[in-house]
Amino acid sequence: MNIAVLALQGAFREHVSMLKQMGVEAHEARLPEDLARADGLIIPGGESTTIGKLARAYNLIEPIRQMARAGKPVWGTCAGMIVLAKDIGPEPPHVAVMDVKVQRNAFGRQVDSFEADLDVPALGPPPPFHAIFIRAPLIESVGAGIEVLAQLDDGTIVAARQGNLLVTSFHPELTRDPRFHRLFLDRLA
Amino acid sequence: MSNSSNGSLPKSTGTWTVKVGLAQMLKGGVIMDVTNAEQAKIAEEAGACAVMALERVPADIRKQGGVARMSDPEKIVEIMAAVSIPVMAKCRIGHFVEAQVLEALGVDYVDESEVLTPADEENHVNKHDFKVPFVCGCRNLGEALRRIGEGAAMIRTKGEAGTGDVVEAVRHARAVFGEMRRLKNLRPEELMHTAKELGAPYELLKQVAESGQLPVVNFAAGGIATPADAALMMQLGVDGVFVGSGIFKSSDPARRAKAIVMATTHYHNPGIIAEVSKGLGEPMLGIAARTIAAPEQLAARGW
Repeated sequence: MNIAVLALQGAFREHVSMLKQMGVEAHEARLPEDLARADGLIIPGGESTTIGKLARAYNLIEPIRQMARAGKPVWGTCAGMIVLAKDIGPEPPHVAVMDVKVQRNAFGRQVDSFEADLDVPALGPPPPFHAIFIRAPLIESVGAGIEVLAQLDDGTIVAARQGNLLVTSFHPELTRDPRFHRLFLDRLA
Repeated sequence: MSNSSNGSLPKSTGTWTVKVGLAQMLKGGVIMDVTNAEQAKIAEEAGACAVMALERVPADIRKQGGVARMSDPEKIVEIMAAVSIPVMAKCRIGHFVEAQVLEALGVDYVDESEVLTPADEENHVNKHDFKVPFVCGCRNLGEALRRIGEGAAMIRTKGEAGTGDVVEAVRHARAVFGEMRRLKNLRPEELMHTAKELGAPYELLKQVAESGQLPVVNFAAGGIATPADAALMMQLGVDGVFVGSGIFKSSDPARRAKAIVMATTHYHNPGIIAEVSKGLGEPMLGIAARTIAAPEQLAARGW
């Protein structure tokens, strides 16, 4: 099992080191050939406009779409969620494989970035998951067949799953809690 | 803030984790100096992961002289409205009211910067007082850890801003990383003396000695003018780069900006760096940092 972490920009190193701590092989992916040998893909947090532009410039959009369509697990955290969503508002979408409508910078600017504990039934029994939201996007609406995994207490959707696709508007890679990484890897088990 | 119909805890904002967290998201990226909304859009279009709003780029500050201060808030707000990427802005060293103003405007990061004329020649801003995160410059590990001790959530080398000469950024990055490597070989009882020698807070120095890492993200700044300069700094071990005058003082800013972004991502791939470096037009003319008289050296500001 080998997981690629898209390493164009953002917090890719944290995902790689979390996976390695879990005993999973992981490598940084910057070019299409880096995706070819991967069983799954994580698109990390960072700036989605930057990641989207670099992905286009080096012809990564189509290979990522192929991985998603082939049923390989693909997970987007924060910016990665924007990269995977079919609808990101006024701008054209990037990989556009997941039936969610995402609103960028939904909670405001950096001074509004926050931490909160989330109940995530899919992770099993408590404790809650301590989630870190950095200039985070939210999921405005979901299509049919999407499983909502976590909501803030005002009902805002912040994590969802559609078959092999997983998105979170927060950053499990910035914590020491591997439960979301395990949920992602469960697709390969 | 929000409480709890389904058992979740309230949100906490302005924490150390979210301050450091934004810098984590900027890693592997290029932060570009811009002076207006139009330049900010060019930077965003080129793939910048953030922009730094300022009144004059360092090369102009150097040329024109006078007192360099925080930008006009109107300009900063214009830039914030023009782009969706994070917007940083500079305050003078020790000028905590400029910092308060920038926080009130809602900028995403404050750079307490030696590029502006210092407002205090002994004390920096107490950055723990703020919800907005701060980035500060450093020339060595002691200076980096003093700033982190004051609450900086991100560090950058100072380099020598406005020169287009990368030599000082290299010197500062090598100093920081070299001192970190040296710490690894010290015995625990030698750390206090080293803390004294470097002028670093003991607890932070101990943390770096044990973990082998800085507790915050570390970018390069000051003199980066070409894609190869950016990749050089990345290969030396920084997490990302700031480009100041290097872009908008060159002959084709949009193209050069994009090329520097590409070289920063593919910093270990000389083939790509060669490709993106072709036909970029004239880089900024620059001044050799070595020829700048001591009183004109921006890097010497900061204590």
